[in-house]
Amino acid sequence: MGDSPRRGHSIAAQGGLNAAKNYANDGDSILRLFHDTIKGGDFRAREANVYRLAMLSNNIMDQCVAQGVPFARDYAGYLENRSFGGAQVSRTFYARGLTGQQLLLGACGALSLQIKAGTVTLHPRKEMLDLVVIDGEAKGITVRDMVTGEINGFAADAVCLCTGGYSNIFYLSTNAMSSNVTAAYRAFKKGAFFANPCLTQIHPTCIPVSGGRQSKLTLMSESLRNDGRIWAPKNKGDRRAPVEIPESERDYFLERMYPAYGNLAPRDIASRAVKAICDNGFGAGGGTGVYLDFADTIKRAGRDKIRERYGNLFEMYEKITGENAYKQPMRIYPAPHYAMGGLWVDYNLQSSIPGLFVLGEANFSDHGANRLGASALMQGLADGYFIIPHTIAGYLAETAPGKVNAEHSEFKKSGDDAESYIKKLLSVNGRKTASEFHRELGRILWDNVGMVRSGEGLKKALQLIPPLRAEFRQNVKITGSGNELNQELERAGRIADFLEFGELMARDALHRRESCGAHFRIEYQTQDGGARRDDENFCYTAAWEFKGADREPELHKEPLKFENAELAVRSYK
Amino acid sequence: MQFFKNTGGRKIVMAVTGILMVLFIFAHLTGNISVFAEPGSINAYAAKLHSLSLFVWAYRFIIFSALSLHVFFGIQITLENYAAKPEAYEVRRNLRSTFASRTMIWTGLAIAAYLIFHLLHFTFHAVFPVKHIDSSGRPDVFRMLVLSFQSFFISSVYIAAIAAVALHLAHGIQSSFQTLGINNERTFPVITKSGMLAAIIIFLGYIAIPVFVLAGVLRFL
Amino acid sequence: MNLTLFIWRQKRPDEKGRLERHEAKDISPEMSFLEMLDAVNEELVKNGNETIVFDHDCREGICGSCSQVINGVPHGHREKTTVCQLHMRHFKDGDIIYIEPLRAKAFPVIKDLIVDRGALDRIIQSGGYISVHTGGVPDANAILIPKEDADTAMDAAECIGCGACVAACPNGSAMLFTASKITHLAMLPQGRIESARRVCMMTESMMNEGFGSCGNHYECQAACPKGIKVQFIAKLNREFLKAVFKTYTPF
Repeated sequence: MGDSPRRGHSIAAQGGLNAAKNYANDGDSILRLFHDTIKGGDFRAREANVYRLAMLSNNIMDQCVAQGVPFARDYAGYLENRSFGGAQVSRTFYARGLTGQQLLLGACGALSLQIKAGTVTLHPRKEMLDLVVIDGEAKGITVRDMVTGEINGFAADAVCLCTGGYSNIFYLSTNAMSSNVTAAYRAFKKGAFFANPCLTQIHPTCIPVSGGRQSKLTLMSESLRNDGRIWAPKNKGDRRAPVEIPESERDYFLERMYPAYGNLAPRDIASRAVKAICDNGFGAGGGTGVYLDFADTIKRAGRDKIRERYGNLFEMYEKITGENAYKQPMRIYPAPHYAMGGLWVDYNLQSSIPGLFVLGEANFSDHGANRLGASALMQGLADGYFIIPHTIAGYLAETAPGKVNAEHSEFKKSGDDAESYIKKLLSVNGRKTASEFHRELGRILWDNVGMVRSGEGLKKALQLIPPLRAEFRQNVKITGSGNELNQELERAGRIADFLEFGELMARDALHRRESCGAHFRIEYQTQDGGARRDDENFCYTAAWEFKGADREPELHKEPLKFENAELAVRSYK
Repeated sequence: MQFFKNTGGRKIVMAVTGILMVLFIFAHLTGNISVFAEPGSINAYAAKLHSLSLFVWAYRFIIFSALSLHVFFGIQITLENYAAKPEAYEVRRNLRSTFASRTMIWTGLAIAAYLIFHLLHFTFHAVFPVKHIDSSGRPDVFRMLVLSFQSFFISSVYIAAIAAVALHLAHGIQSSFQTLGINNERTFPVITKSGMLAAIIIFLGYIAIPVFVLAGVLRFL
Repeated sequence: MNLTLFIWRQKRPDEKGRLERHEAKDISPEMSFLEMLDAVNEELVKNGNETIVFDHDCREGICGSCSQVINGVPHGHREKTTVCQLHMRHFKDGDIIYIEPLRAKAFPVIKDLIVDRGALDRIIQSGGYISVHTGGVPDANAILIPKEDADTAMDAAECIGCGACVAACPNGSAMLFTASKITHLAMLPQGRIESARRVCMMTESMMNEGFGSCGNHYECQAACPKGIKVQFIAKLNREFLKAVFKTYTPF
């Protein structure tokens, strides 16, 4: 982790938190949230998990208010709601465009209370390098102190990983710079199954790439689609300024294609629509990007209302692009944002290694093939506040406390392995920086394992990644030493894991010969370009087991049974 | 917990004692202004004060206590603040702090030094003594003032000290309101401006005597 | 554009640091300040030199990791902007830029531009939360909060805890940071209950961590990338005054 838990990347979540409170009296219910989430995930999530999540959503909301999260209120003092993609009810609670920050600070407050009580010890600036498995059970981790370079083992009765998602594998994503797959991947190498690694979400509303040296992309909250209308010029390659394009020459394509949900179509669907528009040459100014226009709402509700709802997002947009979105529409384009895939866990959030629990984005559990907006915060908080306290107890009841300590030979071995691995990385002394490899890997994945995938492209990715990885091992250049603060070394270690993990992603995507949610294979689409699921053959979670370096992983299938939701074609028309 | 060790507690002491002394400075100024009335009036004012000796001593005691606390905590807090910022920036740009706010300790020390001089001079007559009795048998304060301020040296020391007071108050008045929490977005600009205005009034009011004496308007007849 | 940078280099906390000259070449205006440093770092690696280390993470102005003082101003000269959102279009060819770490006794330098801001976390740990345990809380709408109060709480809660206020403060005081937490919680009925205890614990903790006292210079607000207002410090002072008689002995 970094220097403080309050800087975790949940802080960047903008839009909101779903809860089936039905405060808006628009017919919301736990069942409806359950259905929306299952359907949003294109029927590739575990039914029981999703129902539990929907139930807990209300408890989360109560807990967060009690913690002092300053949610938006109406003039009578009641909580306000807004709408999010994939739902026809208003169930999203929000704190300006900073909901993630406020929820994280609330959670950190709860953590701080425990730190003060002496029940939790923080270890800032430490990075997990390995999971220590003793007699088939997770009994601790090996970490590197990012300041001194010291490698240490921490023994425990059980291990919880809450290490987030891996979208950064694409190089350009909306994830924080230090978001990575290392902890999860190294647990995978110790025997934890990795589920659905190919399911990564591309978020439709991000600020388009500008220039070749960009290091990351910035999300513009989905909540903007409440009040913003997405359009593209009707004429190919129209280079006029957006405000000069008359109404009759604008194509509000989401409203046209998905009249029932309009601009609030789910992320995967909106992203693909935007990509198709741009690929066909109808992008904003002839380039990549479409317009997200607030002019109508500004006219109707006034600029102040917009400022109150999204002020910080408009400011952020102006800082990055230098454009004023109150006066001209925003330009947006999809970007990698969230990983639905993650370490496989059972209903108790326990991975395939007993004693290893995985929470939040790091696990695969609730979002199926596509996550709906404002559900990530909901899942993370449900896992942490309301699920793990109960389920971990079951495991702890069956194991003897303090079974092992950090003197155990497995810890020594794990520490030595980590140390020699770092030495090896440092000794390569090649000619290319780790970031150069990352950019190349990102390009391969974005082109072939991105928004739209094909068997051919995936095979190509599988051919391109191993040589790149081999080159990395012989030609990466890392300066500095291992026994000091060395950001280049940290980066290289993470990219080395991405270079292995990328192959697993491509392999999973290739094996899933269907389209579902964010996984869109051009071979498997309906006549009008929708995703064509194959429930006959692929209604399962793909859980991959590591079988050794440079050997093919083994596929395990967990069938998905739907007893309460009916498997149906996912339509937002 | 100990009030006088807390950052907030000591700041409250600074603010309250500061405000007390501002009140004193205004009271003192009204006394001074009587110099511009007929020549005898400031002497009458001084004589009246001396006749209320219990009141004067209580008054002196309060002001002296306030002053001591203010000086003591001012120096203590400043030393702590220096310790909290041991390394200076190689390049530094101030955005909103003012010359007045950054020099509080220096203007404060200058005022303290001047106060000693001022007491020795006008109260105890230990330095530059000019002692006279007027025709009614009262101490002739008017004569003392005029004769003293005719010295360019004494006048410039006096004016410089008043400038230090004004600078100190230009920041100090609004600062004490902020410390006492009497500040929100509506009152903030009003309080800041009023503080500045008070500082200016005090500056002009106090330098009036030496300036008028030097200019020859106030003369000993 | 080409720029000359003078960057603070310091290998270890106990070692003396110094400004080191670097050249940033071919920088384009749409790059962010951190992307400019990335480019300088890649060049350094290629030439076999150690990179300039700096804290950064979200690169969208919310995590508060950025800890650089650029030309004498924390986060640089643009108002309400973190370093990661400072774009090079605000600089021009040939500019000389000084980059130093946030400085205060409570923020010891770890290496180069990275400082240890754990003291801020410890201020929060001393009481910057509502002491509620998980579960057993009333329905979310059972607590009604006037919109104006919720808005003020939110204004204060926007603090990203970057420490720019401390770095800008001539006294190295963390008053604005502390005040934002105090105000956020004191504005809400859930938080009011503990507010007397909280303000005492947090101000004590602030002092013990080696932060200075507030001199009402207001440099903090000017440097704050989120525009947190000094009126919240007045609010802290009010809360403190209210708490004084409950909690404090004179000596």
